[in-house]
Amino acid sequence: MSVLPAVSARRRRADALARGLLALGAAVAMLPLVLVLYYLVKKGAGALSVSFFTSDPTGAFLGDPGGVRSAVLGTIEIVALATLIAVPLGVGVALYLTEYGRASLFGKAVRYFVDVMTGVPSIVFGLFIYITLVLSGFGGGFAGWKGSVALALLMLPVVTRSAEVVLLLVPGSLREAALALGAPRWRVVARVVLPTALPGLVTGALLAVARAAGETAPLLFTSAVVSGTSYDLGQRMNSLPIQIFNDITQPSDRLVERAWGAALTLVLMILLLTVVARLVARRSRLT
Amino acid sequence: MTFENAGETASGTAHTPCPRAPRLERGENEGAAATTVPRPRTAARRVSIRDLHAWYGDRHAVKGLTLELEPNRATAIIGPSGCGKSTLVRCINRMHEEVPGARAEGEVVLDGVNLYDERVDVVAVRRLVGMVFQKPNPFPTMSIFDNVAAGLRLTGAKGADLHERVERSLRAAGLWDEVKDRLKSPGVSLSGGQQQRLCIARTLAVEPEVILMDEPASALDPISTLRIEELVEELKERYTIVIVTHNMQQAARVADATAFMLDGELVEVGPTEKMFTNPDDERTEQYVTGKFG
Ligand SMILES: Nc1ncnc2c1ncn2[C@@H]1O[C@H](COP(=O)(O)OP(=O)(O)OP(=O)(O)O)[C@@H](O)[C@H]1O
Ligand SMILES: [Mg+2]
Repeated sequence: MSVLPAVSARRRRADALARGLLALGAAVAMLPLVLVLYYLVKKGAGALSVSFFTSDPTGAFLGDPGGVRSAVLGTIEIVALATLIAVPLGVGVALYLTEYGRASLFGKAVRYFVDVMTGVPSIVFGLFIYITLVLSGFGGGFAGWKGSVALALLMLPVVTRSAEVVLLLVPGSLREAALALGAPRWRVVARVVLPTALPGLVTGALLAVARAAGETAPLLFTSAVVSGTSYDLGQRMNSLPIQIFNDITQPSDRLVERAWGAALTLVLMILLLTVVARLVARRSRLT
Repeated sequence: MTFENAGETASGTAHTPCPRAPRLERGENEGAAATTVPRPRTAARRVSIRDLHAWYGDRHAVKGLTLELEPNRATAIIGPSGCGKSTLVRCINRMHEEVPGARAEGEVVLDGVNLYDERVDVVAVRRLVGMVFQKPNPFPTMSIFDNVAAGLRLTGAKGADLHERVERSLRAAGLWDEVKDRLKSPGVSLSGGQQQRLCIARTLAVEPEVILMDEPASALDPISTLRIEELVEELKERYTIVIVTHNMQQAARVADATAFMLDGELVEVGPTEKMFTNPDDERTEQYVTGKFG
């Protein structure tokens, strides 16, 4: 006891106070999230049914409004194409930044612009595509693929940034080992760096996809509004965020309920992606 | 016991002729100097380092060093920490220039070809001069087999004898008997000492002429260290070996010649026994007797 004196009462009180304050802060931060989920489930769960997922919006104001099939499929199609554009491009840029242009002036400039792009509001990307691709009438007016391009622009900096972080985690000793074996640099990248980083790259890409799937603004001016199911990305295409945006403002309880149902569906889809991303991240051997 | 087997096999395959003549040059017809005739595996190659300088940015890490590496011999490089041993060996396979801002000047001549000649392809240099690092660094995504095959696949070598070459390399590295039943398990599932021998096998698989080892046993336990040392002894039959070490006993055990470096310069090089018993330079004497460093 003489060597190790007991903790004083004052320190005990200070400790309890600090712990309490931090826990309170955490609880306050969680509150809106919990409320959002609560309202989503409370208002949206009632709308979910088999026909909700198997029928298109009818467009009828009175009577049966239909379901969200075209919106779910549209979102999947548009986001899938956006992913196909943004992920290879983003990983490519990240590879350039980490493997080739790490210290070069051009590399630094690219990194800076990627950072700037991360902060650009999504509606700006939507407007940009609206002006360059929709108004110009390039390949017709509104089209699903134009929405994909807008989303891809939004995803690109996110994918690039996360991929760069993951690639930097690949130990330099592995690159050295491969180079010292007499491997050309592109083979080192393709056979050692990329496979080692793969789980992290997939996780980063999935999180970017999850982020893009919920975006409304870039789609508003690009793939526009339509009710029917379409598999043609060259046509106007429905999507969940746009459908929610339209329904929620309608003076019809059934349409508002459909908006909640669609919102719940969107959140569940994104949740699924996030869970998959987490599972993939666990396989990573990089820390 | 395992090791004896591996040794027999290693010397058994020692007389296979070298399957390729080393090509150092980039282009097909840029000059006649670089190519040499195929030769039996037993005749290793001489490396002459002439007035070599190396920098990291402004820091002059190797200052005009001249050193002969005799074929079929292990040359130990000793010296206090930071004296430039790693930098020197990394200049021999031109890995030094991979460090941003680093550069080297001077000559490293392998069989009459200056590796720093601008016509020389750096990728070809690294195929001829293999390297084993201080920390075992197997590729984490690859199995034991693939790790050894990686050297071949990464260098674009194709051919049906992949299995044979992997087995031969693993045997030569004294690891075959320990891993032959688990070639598909991950390379990183091996113990540290086994991983280091795996990395040696990976280096051997590319069939280099010279092997550089930068403190290959410093992260290993005494038994694994002993195995690596025995391995160096065997590899001398076929390769020219450079081994950096902080361990005087290790240098005395495995090296035929020892070079003592101090502050980026070569102080003295000579037969190992002489270097440890009766060196010419006072500083060598002080270092090997543990008076500084
Ligand atoms: N990447 C680097 N950037 C800048 N300076 C470096 C770098 N690597 C090494 N140096 C410097 O070059 C000198 C030689 O380093 P080197 O690694 O060759 O020493 P060493 O003899 O291998 O030492 P050790 O026995 O500790 O491994 C040291 O002064 C070191 O500080
Ligand atoms: Mg060193």
